[in-house]
Amino acid sequence: MERRTIFGGWLLPAAFVLPQLLLTVFFFLWPAGEAIYGSLTRQDAFGLRTQFIGLENFVDLFEDPLYVESMWRTVYFCAAVSLLSMSVALLLAVFADREIAGRGFYRTMLIWPYAIAPAVAAVLWILLLHPQIGMVAHGLKAIGVVWDYKINGGQAMLVVILASAWKQVSYNFIFFLAGLQSIPRSVIEAARMDGARGWRRFRTIIFPLLAPTTFFLLVVNLVYSAFDTFGTIQALTHGGPGKSTETLVVKVYRDGVVNLDLGGSSAQSVVLMVGIVVLTVVQFRFLGKRDKT
Amino acid sequence: MKRRTLLAATAAAALPAQGFAQAKTKIVWWHAMGGALGDEVNRIAKEFNASQEAVEVEAVFKGTYPETLTAAIAAWRAGQAPHIVQMFEVGTGSMLAAGPAVKQVWQLSQETGIEFDPKAYLGGVRGYYSLPDGRLASLPFNSSTSVMWYNKDAFEKAGLDPEKPPVTWNDVIAACRSLKAKAATPIPMGSAWPIWIQFEQYAAMHDLVFATKSNGFEGLDTELKVNTPPFVKQMQRLLDMSKEGLFKYAGRDNAADAIFPSGEAAIGFNSSAARAAIARDAKFRWAAALLPIDPEVNAKPINSIIGGASLWTMTTPSRTPAEYKACAQFLKFIGRADNDAVWHQKTGYVPVTLAGYELSKQQGYYQKVVGTDLPIIQLTRGEVTPNSRGFRLGRMAELRNVFSEELEKALQGQQGAQAALDAVVTRGNRVLRDFEKATKG
Repeated sequence: MERRTIFGGWLLPAAFVLPQLLLTVFFFLWPAGEAIYGSLTRQDAFGLRTQFIGLENFVDLFEDPLYVESMWRTVYFCAAVSLLSMSVALLLAVFADREIAGRGFYRTMLIWPYAIAPAVAAVLWILLLHPQIGMVAHGLKAIGVVWDYKINGGQAMLVVILASAWKQVSYNFIFFLAGLQSIPRSVIEAARMDGARGWRRFRTIIFPLLAPTTFFLLVVNLVYSAFDTFGTIQALTHGGPGKSTETLVVKVYRDGVVNLDLGGSSAQSVVLMVGIVVLTVVQFRFLGKRDKT
Repeated sequence: MKRRTLLAATAAAALPAQGFAQAKTKIVWWHAMGGALGDEVNRIAKEFNASQEAVEVEAVFKGTYPETLTAAIAAWRAGQAPHIVQMFEVGTGSMLAAGPAVKQVWQLSQETGIEFDPKAYLGGVRGYYSLPDGRLASLPFNSSTSVMWYNKDAFEKAGLDPEKPPVTWNDVIAACRSLKAKAATPIPMGSAWPIWIQFEQYAAMHDLVFATKSNGFEGLDTELKVNTPPFVKQMQRLLDMSKEGLFKYAGRDNAADAIFPSGEAAIGFNSSAARAAIARDAKFRWAAALLPIDPEVNAKPINSIIGGASLWTMTTPSRTPAEYKACAQFLKFIGRADNDAVWHQKTGYVPVTLAGYELSKQQGYYQKVVGTDLPIIQLTRGEVTPNSRGFRLGRMAELRNVFSEELEKALQGQQGAQAALDAVVTRGNRVLRDFEKATKG
């Protein structure tokens, strides 16, 4: 049966979509348009002198070895955060899916961190890991680890990856748990009767059935780690030491807001925008296909 | 246009009482002074409002210095700039290039007939905020310089004379070794504002060329020169000290503020304006000393330079002459000797006017609180040269970040002193050229 409402004219439907269209225009198309225009200009901070310079900002960007370095750093960072947060979440979800005492409490606790603002989470991590005052730092020093992420780039990267991944575990956990619960018990029972034990059952039955969830989460996590981790990184390391934790979003902020290089920063935003568009298209393509079948 | 109307509508909604009933001219002052300093700023505004009937100043805290700069620029672009904004010294280059966005002090003076005498201000302070011909561009407000704070108890524990702080860098290293040997404090030496203190001040005091064209005062086509041997020597010294465990790098800008008052480091480089915080937090005897020198580089050190901020008058299309006059009156009030002296004595910033300095002397402040004139002595030492007038480099905040990044890489052992400074020069010059192009075009 076709479930379609037929409107008499175009006015009413237009009125229905108008609010959404307005939101899109004001909060997406307009700023995005400004960014694209800005990326083609060179302007001083006050906007007194604006020159149209074509693609010069983009050429500068990709000729700058520091920008290319920052891109690779972002790829590394995103991969590490997504892998870590998803695998931990999956592990927790698998355990939480069992019949255990206090399951509701356990699940609620796991979901809590999701409600914490990135900057607040960062402050908590600072208090734990700060080289001079942090508890964990004291512990590490006690066992002979030279811990100082303010000067050690590798440790700084580890800190921001941990903090960012931790923040996302709850979100992934919810989806994995829902995914696990939607797997028909009968399939698992059948596998059990065929003699498939824990790990084998997980690898050959559960994990493949979770694939759509996993793929969806992968895209979400990549987007999260590329864009939403700004607050965490800014609060923890400001992108330092050196440039060792400066991901692309941190660099956009640094160049645009702090250094007031609006043209260059806009060009970087446009590059990021293209990245997001590609990810979204990929997601729609694959998930859309799944829905049709 | 649409954006402007929108913003104006929001602003109008936020300020319903404006122009209501009384004919007071209201002016808005954006500042970046948090905590105890913010209280002092509010006190000044309150006293000014009480001192006369015509003008009312509203002081608004806008966050850190860079945040205030960004906010002021965004506000101006939307036609909603504050009347007066407090701008840190490294933003001076950007503000000077702001053309119609600001009304420089000499212009304000011309338009309102309220006189501002540049000669009323201390040389080192005046130079930073005036045009090459001596006209004042912005009004000096909070200025400090950097000093070396040291822990007298720790010095005693390490067998050093607490009344004789180290004078040269070799003395500092020797003192740090004793401090380390006796474990007087967890770390011998730390430094807040590493670039400002260890390189910019070092260049000024030793009369070294930091950047060509008198550090940018004489032209936008200035180039960094910080990879010359005296700078390499300084960088190498810090790297060596770090390696030997004598110096601990604790982050950019003011990230290392707490390292001295907490008792962690026995020698802590910081702004002279850190006095209030140290007095409040330190649980040991402490004092300030002059910044150390390297006699092999220059045996006759000259003045150090200032840090801090000044006050800029900003414009909007709808601003009236009465409002500019009110701005001038308020700036005049801030520059009065008595107000300057109170600000200086309460905050630890140096007095910016000669009269404020004299007044503090007359009041016996420097006998009462020994050592508070040390920053002034250091600021006024010797004759000011083109290398010690200050810095007028565009995007100076970015330059400092570049410098910090290369220093951090060197401290991690990824590159040597010379390579680090070469990188600063290459990358820094690119920033300077960008600024030149954006400003000239």
